[in-house]
Amino acid sequence: MTIRNLFIFCLALTLPLVYSMLGGDLPGGNYTMAVLATLVQFVGGSRFMRAAWSAFKHRAANMDTLVAVGTSVAYLYSVWALGFGGEVYFEISSLLITFILLGQWLEELTKGRASKAIEKLLDLQAKEATVIKDGQTVKTPIDQIRAGDIIMVRPGEKIALDGEVIEGSSSVDESMVTGESLPIEKRPGDTVIGATINKTGTFNFRATKVGQDTLLAQIIELVGRAQASRAPIQKYADRISGYFVPTVLILAILTFDVWYLLLGASLSAAMLFAVAVVVIACPCALGLATPTALMVGTGRGAKMGILIKSGEVLEAASDIKYILFDKTGTLTEGKPVVTDLVGDDQPRLVQIAASLEAASEHPLATAILEQAELLQLKTLNVERFTAIEGKGIAAYLDDTEVIIGNRALLKDREIMLPFESEMLGLENQGKTVMVVAQAGDVLGLIAVQDTPKANAASAVTALLQMGLVPAMITGDNEQTARAIAGQIGIKKVVAEVLPGEKAEQVTAFRQRGKVAFVGDGINDAPALAGADLGIAMGSGTDIAIEAGGIVLVKNDLEDVVRAIKLSRKTFARIKLNLFWAIIYNVAGIPIAAGLFVGVGLTLNPAIAGLAMALSSVSVVTSSLLLSRSRI
Amino acid sequence: MNMGQLLVLLGSIILIILIIWWFFAKPAEDAVAAASDGKVQTINITVSGGYTPNRVILNKGVPAKLIFTRQDASSCFEEVVLPDFGIKATLPVNQDYEIEIQPDAAGSYHYTCGMHMFSGEIIVK
Repeated sequence: MTIRNLFIFCLALTLPLVYSMLGGDLPGGNYTMAVLATLVQFVGGSRFMRAAWSAFKHRAANMDTLVAVGTSVAYLYSVWALGFGGEVYFEISSLLITFILLGQWLEELTKGRASKAIEKLLDLQAKEATVIKDGQTVKTPIDQIRAGDIIMVRPGEKIALDGEVIEGSSSVDESMVTGESLPIEKRPGDTVIGATINKTGTFNFRATKVGQDTLLAQIIELVGRAQASRAPIQKYADRISGYFVPTVLILAILTFDVWYLLLGASLSAAMLFAVAVVVIACPCALGLATPTALMVGTGRGAKMGILIKSGEVLEAASDIKYILFDKTGTLTEGKPVVTDLVGDDQPRLVQIAASLEAASEHPLATAILEQAELLQLKTLNVERFTAIEGKGIAAYLDDTEVIIGNRALLKDREIMLPFESEMLGLENQGKTVMVVAQAGDVLGLIAVQDTPKANAASAVTALLQMGLVPAMITGDNEQTARAIAGQIGIKKVVAEVLPGEKAEQVTAFRQRGKVAFVGDGINDAPALAGADLGIAMGSGTDIAIEAGGIVLVKNDLEDVVRAIKLSRKTFARIKLNLFWAIIYNVAGIPIAAGLFVGVGLTLNPAIAGLAMALSSVSVVTSSLLLSRSRI
Repeated sequence: MNMGQLLVLLGSIILIILIIWWFFAKPAEDAVAAASDGKVQTINITVSGGYTPNRVILNKGVPAKLIFTRQDASSCFEEVVLPDFGIKATLPVNQDYEIEIQPDAAGSYHYTCGMHMFSGEIIVK
């Protein structure tokens, strides 16, 4: 019989007992009550008896032990009283069993909801895809698709696997995997994520990751591991749980003795106090406090594209002081763009610069070529191209020398700079400034800079409001670093740090307080590992799942804020759950023992049992509320 | 204090001593080694009022199958959690449930039920 049906069965048999308890007249009186209570005791209660006996044989005790002992004492006392003419308490044992079954039924329902995260992720998985083979489209089960297969996706269809678009374009809803609310445009060369939904167009993509290598499979694996992880705070509850039930049994015996032997209470009154002590104690509330909150917190994170890897991470996030950011690619876009043009004929300035840079592989060249493309300028043919190391480029255009470079190059060519003050101003802003000249005349200046991400400043502001101290670590020179940090609102800057030295800087900060490091999972792995909390920012399918305690599926700084908020809220919820579970038991047991009888505070054993049943449910409900809290 | 009360007191003291002895003075159980054919090692663990055997010995580096058979319908034993191996599983009643682990590092690893009330130990040598 399921718990629900067992509860209904016991409830039906217990209601007449309650009717009698309230003064109603039951045909057959105590004997009818005995029959009903016996059925409840041996049908409804047998599961507790069996489980308690199994545990007893292993010299262990659990909640079933408490239920079995509590109800058996009340039941056997009533049977004895029926034979020898005392007051019977059949309704107590039956009500206890009914209430505890109700509690278990509700707990089963709520716990099921708390552990749904992984099932929901598994449900996202596509079952089949349209594979193009020899010009034909074939519906193929997903487990038969290999990396390299070409897959066609029509509007409204689920993208089966991770891959790269090779033909066609569309917009894709990636919210279910990355948490990104806006559809993402996809063109040839772009990556697509398995389990996301194609919105508008039809496109073909080449599968690059299949089976356990897909992003979704990795997320499922990671969430599963997180939910199985320990939270260090749990160990306090674990330490209590081993001794809890036997200690409660001893307390119940002492309660009985004090009432019966010292205070002169009747046998039945002393028995009722002892039973109340046994059945109010709830080790389950303590046991459920941490895992349910961990389950809901990590599940909610997964939905938002925030992968929290363990319970330890939650604790680490709760008392972080410094949050260190890698600059390039984390706080900034990671690629330089043209920010300023100085000169009378700016299109000509950009066109000549782009013509010179067309053959260059320098990162700054890309910025200038993109600017030319933006202004719809065509590059011109230049001849006798020379790259002058550390200074710039020179070439010939229509038999006149054109150059792009720095002050050193101008000095070599003995060219006067008419835009000295503008150049200084731009350099003070941390920008890289290049001068373009033709036939000894300066045409103008081009300033290039890696720009902060659009939401960098707002994310930093939010972190400051949360009481964290943001800091930036970069290999850039002090001036450039300070300029970028100033735009974002970061005051602490550590510049000119070689890539291998980032981890050392993290260690240095750790002398002053707990440190979180935010960086990309591939280049910053040592710094992420060295911090108290490593937050690895990913971008689509290239996330480095091994790096960091928290992995962000999408490259969004706001997710850093959300990740810390979610971690803190989940940990706070664990603490709250444990606090209430402990307070409930610490306060409940003395009340049940009759310590406050003097002030009129007593507890009927049946009500104590109800409180016990509902305390577990309330802990699970408290954890479930995490999924509704504002992040 | 009359004879009845004296008997109650005596009974209580004996009961308390028995509880302390039975639950708190539990001797450590003998560890049982998994059966191994060199490629995989297997051990059956019965789940009923606890985990039997409670302590299992595995050889380092050999993939291991832990076959849990849950005979106890109590919700306490619904889940088994092996945090060191990142595994949390729901055990069906009266059915075998196989958990595969790779014991790569020597040491002692504890696993528990979902509510951390019952635990077992895996010793990797």
